[in-house]
Amino acid sequence: MLLLLRHGWVVAACLFALAFPPVATWLGQDFYIGVASRVLIWALLASSLNLLVGMGGMVSMGHAAFFGIGAYVVGIVAMDAPQWSGMPIALPLAMLITGALALAIGAICLRTRGVYFIMITLAFAQMLFYIFISLKSYGGDDGMQLAERSPLGGFDMSNDTVFYYLVLAILALSLLILARLRDSRFGRVLLGIKDNEARMASLGYATYRFKLTTFVIAGALGGLAGALMANQNGFISPNMLHWDQSGTTLVMIILGGLGSLWGGLAGATIFIVLEESLSAATPHWQIALGLILLGVVFFAPKGIAGLFARKPR
Amino acid sequence: MTWILILEQCLNSLQFGLMLFLLVAGLTLIFGIMDLINLAHGSLYMIGAYLVATFAKASDSFLLAVLLGLAATAVIGMVIEALVLRGLYKRDHLSQVLATFGLILIANETTRAIWGVQPLSLNVPQALSGSVELLPGLHYSAFRLAIIVVGLAVAALLYFVVVRTRVGMLVRAGASNRKMATAMGTNIKWLFTAVFGAGAALCALAGAMLGPLLVVQVGMGENILILAFVTVVIGGIGSMRGAFIGALLVGVVDTFGRAFVPTLLRTGLSPSLADAAGPSLAAIAIYLLMVIVLFWKPQGLFPAGS
Repeated sequence: MLLLLRHGWVVAACLFALAFPPVATWLGQDFYIGVASRVLIWALLASSLNLLVGMGGMVSMGHAAFFGIGAYVVGIVAMDAPQWSGMPIALPLAMLITGALALAIGAICLRTRGVYFIMITLAFAQMLFYIFISLKSYGGDDGMQLAERSPLGGFDMSNDTVFYYLVLAILALSLLILARLRDSRFGRVLLGIKDNEARMASLGYATYRFKLTTFVIAGALGGLAGALMANQNGFISPNMLHWDQSGTTLVMIILGGLGSLWGGLAGATIFIVLEESLSAATPHWQIALGLILLGVVFFAPKGIAGLFARKPR
Repeated sequence: MTWILILEQCLNSLQFGLMLFLLVAGLTLIFGIMDLINLAHGSLYMIGAYLVATFAKASDSFLLAVLLGLAATAVIGMVIEALVLRGLYKRDHLSQVLATFGLILIANETTRAIWGVQPLSLNVPQALSGSVELLPGLHYSAFRLAIIVVGLAVAALLYFVVVRTRVGMLVRAGASNRKMATAMGTNIKWLFTAVFGAGAALCALAGAMLGPLLVVQVGMGENILILAFVTVVIGGIGSMRGAFIGALLVGVVDTFGRAFVPTLLRTGLSPSLADAAGPSLAAIAIYLLMVIVLFWKPQGLFPAGS
């Protein structure tokens, strides 16, 4: 029964996501299709961070590095190598570059743990932030404008509904991969490392390699989210690399539920819906949001997803 | 001429480093003793600066305003500790991050609701508005000099309290081994409220002294918060000595980076490119410093309890 209830929620969420654009168009609220695409992209970013934090126990405050670089790859390719600017090349390229970046950053950061890991990941993201502020040839402080969305075959990418379904498909595929990863041997080892790294090391697992691999996968998925966000907004700003973004993403997954497959999606949706609805209701909406966050910490310690998963399996 | 410039930047480094130390001293102890990541530490700095600016306007006396502001911020800090933070000590770091992020939002918006969106002005006190000739040809702002004197005095006082008094001994014991200190009969709960109040007062002092040099505005807390955390990590969590040395190190790197990197770049690059890259490279220098320190010493320069 509980299992059915859980799957019931999933089915309802999928139907809602699939039906959203036609219903929004029918209601004459086309504007919200763009908002929904943004929610889904945030959900992808949050899910990638949730792999790192919730499953791997590596609390990173520098995930914005991959988000921002993924976006800049799209912008720079469109500017310097327009023949490669199509989605089938630009998106994998963004993942490849952010994955390589994650390999380099992770190799250094994973020497430390705990709070020191939080701060050193933050440091790398902030360094990239300042580098892109000073790169005048790529817009510097002002950011870059994209002339058009990256083309994909015969699809009309400038149509928000078409783009929404592309983002939805990519998010669904990513969640599927994350679910498979969680249930694989790799995922079990990772959970073991999060629980007790010394124990896993003494069992003979090369814990550093498992953690570094996770860091790279999370980085590449974060880069994919950034590449999609660049396309959604048609604009890339160095602020995508700022620690504000890392902090917001972290808040989303704590809100949604750490380590839960749906935590990223739930957190991103709730955060953005709260932000939109509270800011429409009162100019001092941040007080309400702050109180809600405090309420979650004290009354829903496992996040929103934790409220639905009643019993540990 | 260049020597005077370098000397002046040394004084600026010292001035900035000491103010950073005021913020970091409380942060590192709270971190070390209660294992609490308090993102709202920067909010106390902002609240302190706003209160001092308001009191200064009402009373026309900078000194009186600073004393009132310090006391009021200490009380606010202790109230926040008793109402919210006390419930977070036993929780994991991520819950603490979420809750104190919530506190930042509340503090910023409440400040905006009370004082409005316009930045507040806090003027340099009349008596210190001039400059002093320290050496022939070296004129230095009297107010900045006063900041250095106050910073050194507070650092000395803190050193005395932490190293020479009974309360300080308890604080050190709590920072290096919390469980053992509790087992030996230390009332950690009372101790922490006191440390938190003192930390809040130090934040207000830094806000009051930096207020006339920077701008008193919403968001000022977050800008300096990251720098304060960088300093805590460079120095080693829970270590007062580490906080002091780390703060001075960050002060030197930041000040010299801002003052000299653009000039150095101009010798190799075109002026416009150098002007664009200079300030960013100076900002990067601090983070680079942290990465280098953590690469060699993953626990910071002076790990507490060593």
